[in-house]
Amino acid sequence: MEHSVQEVSFHHEPEGDVVKKIIKTTIILSVITVIELGLGLTMYAFPMAAGLKLFIKGVIVILSLLKAFYIVGVFMHLGDEVKNLIMTIIVPLLLFIWFIAAFLWDGNSWKVLRNTYHPQAVEVHEGGEHH
Amino acid sequence: MATAGAQMETKWWSGGKSPFNVEYGKLMMWYFLMSDAFTFGAFLISYGTIRFSQNYWPDPNVVFNAFPFAGHANLPLAFVSLMTFILIVSSVTMVLAVHAGHKNDKAGVIKWMIWTIIGGIAFLSCQAWEWTHLITGDHAVLINGQIEEIGTTVTRNPWGPAANVAAHDGHHVGTTGPVAFGGYFFGITGFHGFHVFSGVVINIVMLLMTMNGVFERKGHYLMIEKAGLYWHFVDLVWVFVFLCFYLI
Repeated sequence: MEHSVQEVSFHHEPEGDVVKKIIKTTIILSVITVIELGLGLTMYAFPMAAGLKLFIKGVIVILSLLKAFYIVGVFMHLGDEVKNLIMTIIVPLLLFIWFIAAFLWDGNSWKVLRNTYHPQAVEVHEGGEHH
Repeated sequence: MATAGAQMETKWWSGGKSPFNVEYGKLMMWYFLMSDAFTFGAFLISYGTIRFSQNYWPDPNVVFNAFPFAGHANLPLAFVSLMTFILIVSSVTMVLAVHAGHKNDKAGVIKWMIWTIIGGIAFLSCQAWEWTHLITGDHAVLINGQIEEIGTTVTRNPWGPAANVAAHDGHHVGTTGPVAFGGYFFGITGFHGFHVFSGVVINIVMLLMTMNGVFERKGHYLMIEKAGLYWHFVDLVWVFVFLCFYLI
């Protein structure tokens, strides 16, 4: 234990800077959350075209990724780690790009196929019965 | 970073020092969290796949519109916003606990750990209320031509499209929605809630160890840092659960 700690070097930022950074990040996270809520409620309160709704949802997704960036980078201090360590965490997560695209595509294809070749399944469901 | 220039000249791989400049336990915590991110990711993506395969999916603004002691007031997303802020604040108090640990400030660590634990328990209490409300809150729906009052469970979903029948006791009557809604909602928020619960237990253990002076004797508060990583991850996952279930 003693040995491994000696192998690791820490850098300390001045006290005031750390607290200032924490407060700044807290404000950023809160403001982004409020904006997200505002957008979510806008979609509910005003009827809008499907395309515009999809665009707003895209904006909310990007804002959430920004929140994730601040939590991981500042609160979890990943931004202060050695670059090699950052890469071993971030690079495997790139798998999510394929993961999300492939499976949402698959879900959509499932819907299109069912609506095209087995439309009665949809009608039964919307009639209020479920089997 | 002031030391960036100096760090670039450091030969990390020439031996004698940790190439990643972290303690073993902290590195392993990072790798555990990365694998846990894939577990949560798989759950959320599976939810997305099913949702994309459906012609109809309930609007979260309609499903999640209740607030404790507010009766039948229509307050879409208000309660879940409160839960989100509780989790963000408890994440901030955790950062402050870790920061106090860097300064070997035992009293500071104890103070901020207690606030973090309170935040975690508050979040879990909110979730318990929300679940109870969904499961026991009956809604009139048309099933096989008859009006029935059902709550949201893993087998029943009252949040379907509107029925042709106009009204029932002055309320609009709907049909049943996709059954998968309840299963995914309770499954994923439950798995997240279980993480919050284990985080609270870990934080309580850390608090007791700090109070007993374990870290003071060791000379460093790295364990608080590792518990902090786990706690922030719980907050991070909530960002995406909040996104997938309540916002879009």
